[in-house]
Amino acid sequence: MMEAIYIAGHGGQGTLSTGQLLANACLKEGKFVAYLPHYGVEKRGGVSNCGVTISNQQISSPFVTEPTVLIVMNNLSLERYEKAVVPGGLLITNSSLVENAVTRNDVRVVPIAANEEAERMGHPMVANNIILGALLELTGVVSVETVADSLKEVLPERHHGKIPANLQALERGAALARKHKLVDQR
Amino acid sequence: MRVLMKGNEAIGEGAVRAGCRYFFGYPITPQSELTHYLAKRLPEVGGLFLQAESEVASINMVYGAAAAGARVMTSSSGPGISLMQEGLSYLAGSELPSVIVNLMRGGPGLGNIAPSQSDYFQAVKGGGHGDYHMIVLAPNTAQEMLDTMGKAFDLADQYRNPVMVMADGIMGQMMEAVDLAGDTKIEIPPKPWATTGMAHHTGKNVINSCLVIPEEMEELNLRLEKKYKVISQKEQACDQYMLADADIVLVAFGLVSRICMSAVEKARAMGIKAGLIRPITLWPFPTELIEKTADKTRAYLTVEMNMGQMIEDVRLAVRGRAPVFHYGRLGGMVPELKDVLAEIKNLHEGGTGR
Repeated sequence: MMEAIYIAGHGGQGTLSTGQLLANACLKEGKFVAYLPHYGVEKRGGVSNCGVTISNQQISSPFVTEPTVLIVMNNLSLERYEKAVVPGGLLITNSSLVENAVTRNDVRVVPIAANEEAERMGHPMVANNIILGALLELTGVVSVETVADSLKEVLPERHHGKIPANLQALERGAALARKHKLVDQR
Repeated sequence: MRVLMKGNEAIGEGAVRAGCRYFFGYPITPQSELTHYLAKRLPEVGGLFLQAESEVASINMVYGAAAAGARVMTSSSGPGISLMQEGLSYLAGSELPSVIVNLMRGGPGLGNIAPSQSDYFQAVKGGGHGDYHMIVLAPNTAQEMLDTMGKAFDLADQYRNPVMVMADGIMGQMMEAVDLAGDTKIEIPPKPWATTGMAHHTGKNVINSCLVIPEEMEELNLRLEKKYKVISQKEQACDQYMLADADIVLVAFGLVSRICMSAVEKARAMGIKAGLIRPITLWPFPTELIEKTADKTRAYLTVEMNMGQMIEDVRLAVRGRAPVFHYGRLGGMVPELKDVLAEIKNLHEGGTGR
């Protein structure tokens, strides 16, 4: 297995579409991939999580219970899933909304102020893809170009006008992660 | 061409590719994406999608279309499938080829929309009244969900019998790669018994399960029994994983079998000889293979999302030659890999399960 990614947030934050976008890109690059949403009586503001398992061989269990990468979009998700990350794993937090401190010291933590960045770009709805851009930069699991290609397939046609903003978001996220990598190295 | 598809969509596409042109159903989570998919897809291929007023109506519309020789299906989840039981018994009694999909959810009662396997008994032991069996198939990947539909329609026609395709609710929501490049040639066998009108066949064709004279009803029952025996002998199917030298054997179907595959891999890494049997047909149950493993197995562990239903069929196959234990999560909860692994370790160390 290459990565077991868990994306946790609340309804309206785009967690599920981010997962589907990533899964679609993985398929394009010829990888084995499974996408499993946490589904329930969903509503805007309710729990909205999904797991994406990526591998270069057939995937046995598609359930992500011990993620190698955890993305938390809000405080509650951090509290709930922080403990599940494998030691040495990656934890990306949406620091615009995650105010609580991370208690793990055996994982790599990368805070990205996704909502503020998205608002600065003039497109508040692309915060999720700023985070995805950071994930791609930090893991290299698929290329930004492949994800960009997938946008056309995953976004319904009525949203195709928003593709440029989403591309910009992916690139912005990647740039922020690169900056973080430099800080890490120092 | 490989595309990412939800399990629900894969079932729908599989049905279309199998030549199914009629769907009658009523929406229920977690299978609503299947009805969405077919509502859009069936008109594209000249088929008919109809949302009935209830599940009771749906299953009887299936009866009508099947009697006229069409490839027809319905789908639902727990509560809806319960409403269909009378119709299923009629389909079996009238020997009508038909496919019923159950994406199982937490029960009993209205329960919830989370994944479950608690309809096992209902599917394989009857559910409706009278002496009958449905063929029950349990895929475990999105690709297999697509492929299973072709198999289901073929078996239904071959044996003139209702076939149920059963998966837990989360398999309907899960997305995986599905290969759409395969064979799309549709071969539907002739159905000279179908009620297509006197212009199309000589003599009267009657579809009926009401035989008021007991001698005649017994005759039908004997014919069904003979058919079920043939199906039992010829159609048992299962998959195995690391079974050759296994002394702790897991038995699981559907998505749970994939959690068990991961658990077997982890157990092997710890030096425990674990293996897995995955029934693909739940009826007929793959008794033959399980029976063959009984003398070299120290303990069996069925892992199910129920209180222990398939375990009864495993015990019947093993016939007391090895202990059979059960690990389950209930009410819409899913067994976790670490907990399954802990059960395997416990049995390996001579424990007796819970």
